Amino acid sequence: MITIIDYGLGNLGSMLNMFKKVGAEARISADHELIEKSDKLILSGIGSFDAGMKRLNSLGLTTLLQKLVLEDKVPILGVCLGMQLLGKQSEEGNLQGLGWLNAETIRFKFKDENEDLNIPHMGWNHIEVKQAHPLLNGLEYSNRFYFVHSYHLVCSNQNNILATATYGFRFTSAVIEENIMGVQFHPEKSHKYGRLLLKNFAEVM
Amino acid sequence: MLVPRIIPCLLLRNSGLVKTINFKRARYLGDPINIVKIFNEKEVDELILFDITATVEDRRPPFGILEQIAGEAFMPIGYGGGIRCMDDVKAILSLGIEKVIINTYAVENPPFISDVANFAGSQSTVVSIDVKKNIFGKYDVRTHRGTKGTRLDPVEYAISMENRGAGELILCSINKEGTFKGYDIDIIRRITEAVKIPVVACGGAATLKDFGTAIKQGHASAAGAGSIFVYHGPHKAVLISYPEYSEIKNILKG
Repeated sequence: MITIIDYGLGNLGSMLNMFKKVGAEARISADHELIEKSDKLILSGIGSFDAGMKRLNSLGLTTLLQKLVLEDKVPILGVCLGMQLLGKQSEEGNLQGLGWLNAETIRFKFKDENEDLNIPHMGWNHIEVKQAHPLLNGLEYSNRFYFVHSYHLVCSNQNNILATATYGFRFTSAVIEENIMGVQFHPEKSHKYGRLLLKNFAEVM
Repeated sequence: MLVPRIIPCLLLRNSGLVKTINFKRARYLGDPINIVKIFNEKEVDELILFDITATVEDRRPPFGILEQIAGEAFMPIGYGGGIRCMDDVKAILSLGIEKVIINTYAVENPPFISDVANFAGSQSTVVSIDVKKNIFGKYDVRTHRGTKGTRLDPVEYAISMENRGAGELILCSINKEGTFKGYDIDIIRRITEAVKIPVVACGGAATLKDFGTAIKQGHASAAGAGSIFVYHGPHKAVLISYPEYSEIKNILKG
């Protein structure tokens, strides 16, 4: 059973809809017992960095997740803000992130001929897969994903970079560290490409 | 690189999907859930849904239909029509529809846009602006599905909505809507020059080339259209279509 962690941010209904389509068992919950009993976790979210951490902290989820993810090695997929929360901190806020990745989140800044690019980066973009990984099986070449974000994660450890995308410059669009995965885009809103990614997560990981 | 979005805009009336001309003469097209399923299979970039009678009939959004639609559509979806309180906003987001579109109530109660943005984030807060050009060439923002004038200048109004926290604007020309006469590039460009947030241009698209014009000349971030995706041929037979991804890339490149 996959639990989509309900910490009060974002559009979890569509994530559940996509897992239904994939044929995987999933539920939305913030209940500690149910989260502990899960095979896999989704940390999806839209909104600000501090709002996300504040909610995780106040629901007691930060401590619980540390144990499940770092000690029990439960696979977890962070989506959009959920991926940024995997890092240490963000330019967007003051709170500490989950800190599982040696990475931090910064705002898009464009120079010269790219100065006119809109923020947020909103729309469909291609990802360039940087290392073979079961999560991206079948998505190595042909893919497009829906993005909407104003900040992006910068990894200190290049081995954590699973995929990149280009908007003004090349930025990290997916990350990996053992059982910890993150994607900046929205697989639940990305047609067959997103469906395949979530199917990979549900079946292979 | 980012490919600009091409977005079908679908109009709900009661439980059916309709298409209008200049916001009038609604013609029934079919069952919304079936039509959305077809658009989903065609892998459209995004969908925009408007319930065009919710505000006029003082009704809340049709949550039942929206829930069924969201369960069949695996792309970004925006919904507008009759949203006048935070409970409605929360209900729509929880269904799996991530963009909340406000039109009439943004004029009536502008601080509501900040409330929505604070709760849902700017990326989920979309203001739809319907504009009508009079015979002297002057534009007016109109509400209640185009039936009420406001004497608001569209450019100033667009800036004020950006300042309130809107993350995207949908700009529709009432004069062009459903006419197949091409977009009103003049007003699109005036708005896109005045704001930094993405603008979706709507009203008048007749050919795929028009999308390119709205994006390249109007500097719209996305092109919305209705008729071109639901009608086929000179007699306007109902046929759902959407260009191939490679076609879209070609139009926007050249």
